[in-house]
Formats: sequence, C-alpha cells, structure tokens
Amino acid sequence: MEPTPAPRALTVVLIGNPNTGKSTVFNGLSGLQSRVGNYPGVTVEKKIGRVRWDGRDVALVDLPGTYSLSPRTLDEMVAVDVLLGHQADVAAPDAVIVIVDASNLERNLYLFSQILDLGMPVVLVLNMIDVARHKGITIDARELERRIGAPVVATEGHRRVGLDGLERGVFRAMAERGGVRPDVFPEAFRLEVVALEDAWRASGGSPPERYLLERMLLDVGGQIERRFASTASFELGAWLASARSRLRESGIRIPAVEAKARYAWIRRILDGAVSHPETAARTLTDRIDHVVTHRFAGLLIFCLLMFVVFQSIYQWSEPLMGGIEGIQEWAGGAVADRLEPGPLRSLLVDGVIAGVGGVLVFLPQIALLFFFIAVFEDCGYMARAAFLMDKLMSRIGLSGKSFVPLMSSFACAIPGIMATRVIENRRDRMVTLLVAPLMSCSARLPVHLLLIGAFVPKRTYAGGLLTLDGIVLFLMMAVGAIVAVPVALLLKKTWFRGETPAFVMELPSYKWPSYRIVLGRVADRSRAFVARAGTLIFATTVLVWAAGYFPADRSRLDDVVRQIERLDAAPSDANRSARAALSRERADLAGRAIATSFLGWAGRAIEPIVRPVGWDWRIGIGVVASFPAREVIIATLGTVYSLGGEPEGEAESDVNSEGGPSGLIDALRTARWPDGRPVFGLPVALSLMVFFALCAQCASTLMVIGRETNGWHWPAFTFAYMTALAYAGAFLAFRFGTAMGW
Amino acid sequence: MADRMTLDRLRTGTKARIVDVQGDDAIATRILEMGMTEGEPIEMVGHAPLGDPIEYSVRGYRLSLRKAEARRVIVEPSDAEPSRGR
Repeated sequence: MEPTPAPRALTVVLIGNPNTGKSTVFNGLSGLQSRVGNYPGVTVEKKIGRVRWDGRDVALVDLPGTYSLSPRTLDEMVAVDVLLGHQADVAAPDAVIVIVDASNLERNLYLFSQILDLGMPVVLVLNMIDVARHKGITIDARELERRIGAPVVATEGHRRVGLDGLERGVFRAMAERGGVRPDVFPEAFRLEVVALEDAWRASGGSPPERYLLERMLLDVGGQIERRFASTASFELGAWLASARSRLRESGIRIPAVEAKARYAWIRRILDGAVSHPETAARTLTDRIDHVVTHRFAGLLIFCLLMFVVFQSIYQWSEPLMGGIEGIQEWAGGAVADRLEPGPLRSLLVDGVIAGVGGVLVFLPQIALLFFFIAVFEDCGYMARAAFLMDKLMSRIGLSGKSFVPLMSSFACAIPGIMATRVIENRRDRMVTLLVAPLMSCSARLPVHLLLIGAFVPKRTYAGGLLTLDGIVLFLMMAVGAIVAVPVALLLKKTWFRGETPAFVMELPSYKWPSYRIVLGRVADRSRAFVARAGTLIFATTVLVWAAGYFPADRSRLDDVVRQIERLDAAPSDANRSARAALSRERADLAGRAIATSFLGWAGRAIEPIVRPVGWDWRIGIGVVASFPAREVIIATLGTVYSLGGEPEGEAESDVNSEGGPSGLIDALRTARWPDGRPVFGLPVALSLMVFFALCAQCASTLMVIGRETNGWHWPAFTFAYMTALAYAGAFLAFRFGTAMGW
Repeated sequence: MADRMTLDRLRTGTKARIVDVQGDDAIATRILEMGMTEGEPIEMVGHAPLGDPIEYSVRGYRLSLRKAEARRVIVEPSDAEPSRGR
C-alpha cells in the first residue's frame, strides 16, 4: 500500500511598515528557529523561520519593513519578487500576513491595500492593539473583516498575546481563497492597464501579473519598468509615456492617483469601523519630543546618550574582553603544559586558540552596541537621533541615519558596519559602510601609544595644559575621520551617485522598550557575527600563523623552549643565570625564525616598496603580519626585534607607564640600518602611525564588509583604497618629518 | 481663501491643507505614500536644531521631511483649526 504523502510544506510571508513590531511577531511565532542569510545579488537580509502548524511544515519568510510595494531599487524589488513567487530561492507563498500598527491604521493600511491587489490569501494583523486601546481608539475587528474580506487578528506582539490566532487566520484565508481585489483605481486607469495587457499579447508575449502592469504605469522609471523594458517585444517605455499623458489629459495624475485612490479606499473601510477619541489629547510623545528634539536640550540629551554608548563600547566592554583574552591565555597555557614545543603546539596556541579568541573578543562590543541600538530603536529614539543629526550628515552627502554607525566605529568598526543595516537607502548605506573603517577604532590605540611613548619628545605648552604627545595622539585619532569626509563625498559622486534619497521618515510614538526585542536583537546580531564572519576571521588568523611559522627551521628554538620549561618546573637561584641566557637565545632564535618564514620573505619582498616611507624589512614583516588585526604589529615587532619568542613572553607583560612595553621601546630605539643609522626616529614613527590610522589591517572588518555587502569586491575595494591612502599618508608624514629635521 | 505656499514655509504650530505634491520621481511617490494627499490637513510641529529637517503631524502620526522635500508640497494655510477628517 502506498503511504499517504506528507502534506506539502507551506510558505507564509510576513510584511509590514517599519515600527509595527513585525519582528516581535516573527520571533514570537518562530522562536529561535530562524535562519538569516542574504538574497543573492542584493543587500537584503533573508530571514526564514520554521514552524509546524496543524501538522504541516511552514516556512515563515520575514520581509524587511517597508511603507509600500513600489520598488525603486533592486533591493526593494526583492519583496515584490518574493510575494509573486518570482524569487528563485523562496517557494511561491501560500499566504501573506500583513502586520499593521493598530494605533496608526490609516497609513499602515496603504501597504495592506497594495497586498490585497496581489490577489492572494491575506491575514491582517492589528498589532500593538493595547497601545491603540490606551489611546482610546476602538476597532470593530469583525466589521473590518467583513469589509476587507480577509481574516483580522488582534495581537500584542511584545507580550505574545493573540499569536495563536495567526495560525487559524492563515488557514481560514487559504480556505476562503479570500483577498478580493478592491479595485481602487478610477475607470480610465483600469482601462489603460487592460490596454497594456492587450499590447503585450499583441506583440506575441505573455503579460506579467496585473499588479506589475499597474506598477509600470505608476512608477515613472521604477524597477519594474526597467526590468521589463529589455524583455518586452514592443517599445514599453514609449507606450507607458503615452499612456501616462493620455491619463493626464483625462485628469488622472501619475503618481498621485495611487495615493489618492488608496487613501480614499482606506477612509471608506475605516469609517464607522474604527473610532478615535473626540479630541486628541496632548500625548506623552508630544511632551517627550518637546524636550528631546529641542534646539538645546535635545542636542544635550543626544550628546549625553551618545557619550554613554561610546563609553560602553570603548570602556565597559574592556573587562569582558579582558576575560575572553584571559580564557584564551589560560587555554594556550593549558595546551603548552601538555604538549611538547613544535608545530602542533604552535598551531593550537598561536593559530587555533588565538583565532577563536580573535573572533570572540569582538562579542562584548557587538552585544553592547546592539543593546543600545535595540533600545533606541524600540523606544522610538533612533528616529529622533537621525532627525537631530541629519543636517550635519547631509553636508557629506549622507543622512542622519549614518551617524550612529559611524560614531560606533570609533570604538570598533565591526559593530559599526553591522549597524549600517538601519540605513534603508542602499547608496547611503554603502558609503557609510565603506568609510566606517577609517574611524579611529580602539585597536589603533596601542600602536599609537607605543610609538608616541617611544619617539615623541616630552614637551608641554600653555603652561602644562597641552602636551606634545597628547596633541599627536589627538591628531592620529582624528586623521581618519578627517580623511573620511572627502572619501565619502567622492564615493557619493562616483559609484553611488544618483538622486538624493527621500529622507521622509516616520517619528514613531515613544514606547517602553521590550526586553524580549532588545535581548533578541543582541542575540541575533551576536549569532550572525559568529556564524557569518567568525569562520573567515578564524581562517585568516590560522593562515597568517602558518605564514609566520613555516618554512623556518625551528628545531633549535623548540629545544631551547623545552630547556626553559624544564628549568621553570623546578626554579632555583642556581639556574637563574642559565635561564636568562636561554631566554636571550630563545628571543634571538625566534627573531631569526620569523625572518626566514614566508612572512619574512614577504617583508623582504616589499622592502623596496616600504623604503620610501622610511621602513626597513622588519617593519614590513610587522605590517604584513598585522593583516588579521592592527595590534598584532606590537607582538610581531617584539618577535622580529628578538625580544621574546612566545606570545606570552616578557615583552608584552612588562608594560611601562607610557603605555608601551618598555623592552620593545628600547629595542625600537636601538634598531639600526646595516650602515649604522637608527631605523626609528620621529619621522618613521609618524609614518607608521599615519599608516595604521588609515590602513585596512583588520581582517575582521573586511570579512564583515564581505558579509554585509554579499560579495568580495567591496572588501577588496576597501582594502585597496585604504592601503593606498595609508601609504600616501605615511609617505607624506615621513617626508614632512624628515624635511623638518625631526 | 489663504494664499498658497510651499510646506517648508509653514510656521511652527500652524496648520494647513495639502493642495499638491510636485514631481513624479521616487521622492514625490514616497511623500504621497506617506499620506500627504490632496485635501489632507497637516501641522508643522517643529524643526531640528539646525533648522532642517522639519517635523509634521499628518494622518495622526509624526513625519520628518527635509526642507528640500517639503518645498515640493503646496499647501493652503488654514486660519481656523481644521477638523481632523476621519
């Protein structure tokens, strides 16, 4: 006997305006069973949750929040393609769930009326019904249901109230095969759509869905017209232009006709089914906004909040990061205790454990930044921050939404780049993301502190108020942000040029942030980072380790390390001098080993290139080796200048008051060219600092850019342009310093 | 009947009725989609510290527009307080 086939899996799409609590509903339905990826070729996040409803597997597709389905860009086209079943990697949907803010029905129903026009089973979810009730808005859901011909479900997403009604609603919508097209457009417009359909058939082609035909007429130069212009076997563009002028003559204006017709339909639907309180009381939002967007008080509050965010990623994350580094050190030590010195031990300690640590160490900053972003977004402050900062950011061609990602990048570019997802406009987002790594992150600080401590003379000005090293540090921290301004303007004028995007932004009502949303967002972003960028960061660390380890002959070095460890196991005064001699030998051998490794070859190979900026091949090695992360150069210089072989060596733990390892500072000061001139001086120190201020020596940043832009050419571009800038900056700094006789 | 003007010139706290949104590009479409259709009442709530963008109240919610965008919207200031049409 044939087994009864399992019922086909269903695909249900969730769509809604921003600020409707859509993601709370999605998370409430799918729990943590969701997968995040990217739609191919675009930067739209693909979120799919798996649930079982009534014994059937259901794939819940969460589309990004949108105010309408009138695609202007490829990114906006994804939603239309998913809904119509044209997206190759998503099954054609069986039903659509439209989530609306119950306290702001009028505008929210605009998107719903467009979805109704797709003619598929639809469920209308009145989310945040508690907020509407609190505002004195009463909604007759049964009457609304009758008028729109689709199931209506009231929910409180943040409390997970009413979510079970969604499952029933979807099955009911599918059974009733509802979704009656309301035909909101005037007669003349509808006739033009029919005429377009006929013209399509007459040319021998099969016309696309009616919704797409309507959109071609409505969206002048929109994405759908562009897509079909090349495939239609008649002059589509000319046809549309003449149809639009015919409509204009009969008093129908494109694009205004759509908003007019849909909002008129919405008024008819809501009239009598929804009632508002007689006089809209001065709401809490009004009173908060009076202060928060105030000319002075508003800016003060904004600065204060940003200061807290910045402090938290910069400083509060430190104990957590220290903890992760501590665990990493402990794990390295534990492996070293159990394994003989050799390639396996080095791979585990300096490759694998360092690689895992190098991924995890970013988590505290990512978690903290997204905690604040989630709180700001969920309570409604984020839109106000963008409102306050917009004018400033528009001077470099961006919008207010770019401020928080860029500011966060001063602590660390990784969470900053991930935060660019709050920018809907693709061009703005790309420019923000590409200049974010120029902001002076915390990893640059140790490099600057080391070199300033070693080479910048101690001078004070203005009666001790200003110190030279403070000024140099400030300049080094500022140079990236200063350079970012022309870079952003240039990018906006070249690759990302186009009409200024609309900054038409809703300022949502304030509400108390929900801990579920906030914690969910933090967990979501942290997981996305580890899963999507973590493996690549790990792989880079291991590769660079291998390049610094092989093919040097390390047998003598391993032997010395073994002897040291034997002495350390039974320390006594007698063998102290032997221990010191071995330690010196170890440092010497380690320096020689790295010089004869692939990294060493690379350092020598690039020496002709780095000579003009004043570096020798050893600095070259340090720069190449610091590709995974800038701060690696300190440990590498330590090894190259024969200070200590192991990463946990003395050179690092002995930090002096100037913030740099004192042994390393001495070594740098005494380093000589073959002809006896000192390698380092103030010009070389400046050139190295400027280089590190502007370069892209951070594999994690490049990996995250790769993941966020869904491809490898933007990280490659970032690396190329930042390295070119860094080299040019280093050259100028070196030549200037030399010319000044410093 | 009051004189027509562009929306960006509406003073803080004053109300008007929308007459027209000019243009047929993405920005015009977006302004319309957000509910700024002919005959709809709108109120200027306030502006950001540098004078731009400007906050409006329309269809029962708050909207921020840049001056350049508000300049595309033609309005007719209303002397008396308009009734919220719903």
